[in-house]
Amino acid sequence: MSSSSTHHPDDLAARREAGLERGANIGFNLDPVTGDGSLIDTPGVRSPLVLNNRTFHEITDIVCGYAENRAPRWWLPVFMASFTLAQIGGLFILYLVITGIGSWGMNNAVDWAWDITNFVFWIGIGHAGTLISAVLCLLKQKWRTAVNRSAEAMTIFAVVCAATFPGIHIGRQWMAWMLPPIPNANGIWPNFRSPLLWDVFAISTYGTVSLLFWYMGMIPDLAALRDRAQMRLLKDPERPVLTPLIPIRIDMIRARIYGLLSLGWRFSSRHWHRYEAAYLILAGISTPLVLSVHSIVSFDFATSVLPGWHTTIFPPYFVAGAIFGGFAMVLLLMIPLRELLPNFKDLLTLRHLENMAKILLATGSMVGFAYSMEFFIAWYGGSEPEVYAFINRATGPYWWAYWTMITCNVLSPQLFWMKRMRQSPAVIFLVSCLITIGMWFERFVIIVTSLHRAYIPAEWHMFHPTLVDIMIFAGSFGIFITLFLIFMRVIPVFAMAELKAVMPQASPHHHDDHHDHAAHAATGGAH
Amino acid sequence: MSHATKVYVTKSGEEIFGVMAEFKNPADLYHAAEKTRDAGFTHWDVYTPFPIHGMEEAMGVKRTILPVIVFVMGISAAGLGYLMQWWMSRDYPLPVQGKPYDAWEAYIPITFELGILISAFTALFGMLIMNDLPLWFHPLFNRERFLRVSDDRFVIAIESKDSRFDPEKTKAFLSGAGATHVEFVEQ
Repeated sequence: MSSSSTHHPDDLAARREAGLERGANIGFNLDPVTGDGSLIDTPGVRSPLVLNNRTFHEITDIVCGYAENRAPRWWLPVFMASFTLAQIGGLFILYLVITGIGSWGMNNAVDWAWDITNFVFWIGIGHAGTLISAVLCLLKQKWRTAVNRSAEAMTIFAVVCAATFPGIHIGRQWMAWMLPPIPNANGIWPNFRSPLLWDVFAISTYGTVSLLFWYMGMIPDLAALRDRAQMRLLKDPERPVLTPLIPIRIDMIRARIYGLLSLGWRFSSRHWHRYEAAYLILAGISTPLVLSVHSIVSFDFATSVLPGWHTTIFPPYFVAGAIFGGFAMVLLLMIPLRELLPNFKDLLTLRHLENMAKILLATGSMVGFAYSMEFFIAWYGGSEPEVYAFINRATGPYWWAYWTMITCNVLSPQLFWMKRMRQSPAVIFLVSCLITIGMWFERFVIIVTSLHRAYIPAEWHMFHPTLVDIMIFAGSFGIFITLFLIFMRVIPVFAMAELKAVMPQASPHHHDDHHDHAAHAATGGAH
Repeated sequence: MSHATKVYVTKSGEEIFGVMAEFKNPADLYHAAEKTRDAGFTHWDVYTPFPIHGMEEAMGVKRTILPVIVFVMGISAAGLGYLMQWWMSRDYPLPVQGKPYDAWEAYIPITFELGILISAFTALFGMLIMNDLPLWFHPLFNRERFLRVSDDRFVIAIESKDSRFDPEKTKAFLSGAGATHVEFVEQ
């Protein structure tokens, strides 16, 4: 927006160095393709949130383009594959409902296994979305605007996958309506002192609030898609119709559906004022909510008397692990999209990836601390079954699961102490893969290794998954990826309004102080 | 019904909703909003692709009471949620785990979750109701230029129902405030 031609030559160099301006620059290593200089360390030059000196209009074009243009060539094959996987998973769920949960590999000792492992795995993944949208919003971390929309979408899809598992593990799935306190002919109410019931309330509240938060953030962006469709119709009323027989244009459908969903949002500042208040409230209440949800999930275990489950460290340890696993999933989705979608790298810079890698390092180390603290407390508490449970985890028949977990969750993120590693998308992607595997094993280790050696040796059993176990788990990935692929084709994957608001030219004072303090513009970040 | 508002019409005979003025950037818009506020207009609004920092002050908009409403609703929902559990545990006593029926500690998680749930609904729907949304039709949507607000345009619109409104004078006022383009909006 600001006229770069009037800048002092040094200022231009600084802007190039920061990746705000295209062109050769001296002494700084830019990514030759993207001109990504967001990793800049020069004091006084703030890392830009959007690269290549994009205007507001370019942002709208780039972001809406993902939803309006033809799907990239890889989209349909990937969609078909994941949709097929989801369907197969669905068929196995049907088989499970018809046959009974005996078709899973559980037995009298190990009566929770992959079902609850998958539930905790998915619900944990969801937590990164809320963390990015709520906690980072309260902490005024502006870089969140690059990932919040897709992370929130990921949260909702992960909650969908998570909610499936407790729903189908109850045995008589048609009785699931008895989970909430619905008045019924038997005159019975649920047990409010049970953590499993707390879970029902926590998960359903979490899913609902995430959906409301996501939808509210989306209203202005849906309105932008509506207006663009309307403008195209006005500009060119003779646009091709869908089929020769039906006189409907795709933009007519867009204008209607996006119009309906955006509720007639007209970008009024009086509306924005209340909107921002509501957004801040939602961020404020989602923050304790996200902490409560995984704490309550951990109560399912912590309030029992089983060695290995009955520990007070569970709530904070579960929350840290959830954020850890969730960020890994965000990165798993975002790094390929960065490569596959045009101009994505201008909006999601290397600095954003580096920030998330740092969060992985921090939360991974917290999880590592929790693992060692469990051992310490088991020894310090002096309870024999407790000590046995932990020694058995590391050296018993499930030692391989335990050490997979340690390697993936504790050791692999330590790579990010090295700058080179946390600045390389390929390394971040690889580590995120390992973390996702490791976090699944963490839940498996907690659940199965604790159950397979309970107090009485007579109830010692191993767990062996069946095909139904495996296919339903694979199917949940199918559901997740299918939903995400649909999301990226119909909804703006970046929160455009928020992204524009953190750009330097969005400040009402940007143009005022421009003349007396030209170098100011090079700071890139907001004032 | 104190007095009938004046009705203005365009040359082609259509009723005027108001005047819409476009500004180059957020800074110009901000100053123009301050001028409009100081000129004493009441029925007017600023339209921007994203919320502009400090626009409330420039427009003289009062702080919203939405947080108070959300707080009251959230606390009430939590209280009712607690009462629900307390009553249901008496209506159908479950003698399990040797815990007393009114072990209040065990009711806290659900009390908390219900408070959050209703707060979230109140925040979203309260915001929409206070903004008179959904409102799928609005005269401004008929202007092609207005549709670009969702992209990168900055607009002030003064409505004809404002007591200080006068078609030509208001148009001149907005041009004088630095607008790059001014036009009438039909009802």
